[in-house]
Amino acid sequence: MNAFTFERLSRPTEAASAVAARPGAMFLAGGTTLVDLMKVDVLTPDTVVDVRHLGLSSIDVSDHAIAVGAAVTNSQLAWHPAVRERFPVLSQAILSGATTQIRNMATVAGNILQRTRCSYFRDVHASCNRRQPGSGCDALDGFNRGHAVLGVSDHCIATHPSDMCVAMAVLDAEVHTVRADGITRSIPFGEFHKAPGDTPHVEVALAHGELITHVVIPHLAAARRSHYLKVRDRASYEFALASAAVVLDLDGDTIRGARLGLGGVATKPWRAVEAEQILMGHKATDDAFRDAAEIALAGAVAREHNHFKIELAKRTIVRALATARDANL
Amino acid sequence: MSPRVLTVRETVGVRTSLRVNDTTHELSVDSRLTLLDALRDVLGLTGTKKGCDQGACGACTVIIDGQRVLSCLTLAAACEGQHVVTIEGLARSDVLHPMQAAFLHCDGFQCGYCTPGQILSAVCAVQEVHAGVPSHVTPDVRQTVNSTTLTDEEIRERMSGNLCRCAAYPNIVAAVRQVLSAAEAQSAKADANEVRS
Repeated sequence: MNAFTFERLSRPTEAASAVAARPGAMFLAGGTTLVDLMKVDVLTPDTVVDVRHLGLSSIDVSDHAIAVGAAVTNSQLAWHPAVRERFPVLSQAILSGATTQIRNMATVAGNILQRTRCSYFRDVHASCNRRQPGSGCDALDGFNRGHAVLGVSDHCIATHPSDMCVAMAVLDAEVHTVRADGITRSIPFGEFHKAPGDTPHVEVALAHGELITHVVIPHLAAARRSHYLKVRDRASYEFALASAAVVLDLDGDTIRGARLGLGGVATKPWRAVEAEQILMGHKATDDAFRDAAEIALAGAVAREHNHFKIELAKRTIVRALATARDANL
Repeated sequence: MSPRVLTVRETVGVRTSLRVNDTTHELSVDSRLTLLDALRDVLGLTGTKKGCDQGACGACTVIIDGQRVLSCLTLAAACEGQHVVTIEGLARSDVLHPMQAAFLHCDGFQCGYCTPGQILSAVCAVQEVHAGVPSHVTPDVRQTVNSTTLTDEEIRERMSGNLCRCAAYPNIVAAVRQVLSAAEAQSAKADANEVRS
């Protein structure tokens, strides 16, 4: 691990300034991504700024929204009574990821900013356009069983690993930030993460030194009927091969509205908007769900080892929607 | 691909106050030092074990401010002002913590390497159950779980962050169950006493 200067600051703008001032500086929250990747020399910051003591650790519940501080841990969010009651899909998604120890460390902002688990990204001896722009992508013709089929490019097929973010995407969360000069802004979740295209190293919509302060999840009455289904190689402590976050707004057995997000199969937290639209006005039958699933995966592009994910994702969508439909509320 | 050149810089020292098992240590540590290495190599508390050193096995589990976390992914310098509990801090003088006693009684280990992490994790898992919080396998996250109806599947899920290469899992589940049941019995007794008084 490279040597670095460690700083702990107490105000968000101070932390933003400290990182903005140095190209090699990074924010440290729970450390479950940063410390891990520093140990394998994938990330080599010269300055590490601890952002867990900036007063960003509260969950504020109101009638129109739940505002979640950037340094709130994944456990705190998943276990919060208002989150479990209003947004079960979010609580389920978080609880399906990692382990209690890791969820107790990992923060909400850190989860949003976590890096891919692509083994070529994590191996400094491999070629990876995301880690080293222009070096190539060893995953394209390598061991790509866990890689993405949606939002891929010829430069990168790395999967976005987060479960929480898939739920945040369907809930239309807003990411709030502050810069060193005190200027704040709000970024819609769907615009926060970037598909790789020909710049896979550009992962998110943040400027260097721009600090996430909190995430706002607007109230959504329909989200009481929501579900997160994760399919993986092990029953626990494993990343998704395919996952679906769904919200179903029913009028009797007719779909008034639906939201559908996908994880484990895409290069960013994925929202299947066309599939959502096709569901509206239809009866909530398995056949309608299957039609939506076909549309959601219509643009999928598989490589040698991950073709199975296309059918797996479709079945995951159907099962998740059926589970939400059949929930006894 | 061009060879990577690592910048070699001098060690950066950080002064930090580390409170471990109710004792405060004023230390000057390398900024890169993990809490795990600080406990073992600086403070001589070798009960905390280094398994994978990359957040995958749970052998290094400690309790910080009441929450179970991984000391291998925690920087020592970031622990300023927090209270760390390790396996050495669990027993009260010669009296084992109920979870330590349960692991002995249920034979919840073979080689013992993962055991300190298993026990600290289990102590917190029981507290989480008593707090009523759900896990991934809780049928409805709106529910408040309780120890009497908690399934073995729940215990396994809540303990999935601690790997045991000897696969002592059935006995580990039994040990956690024993402590949950004992707490349940104690709580019932306390309730009865309250009714009587």
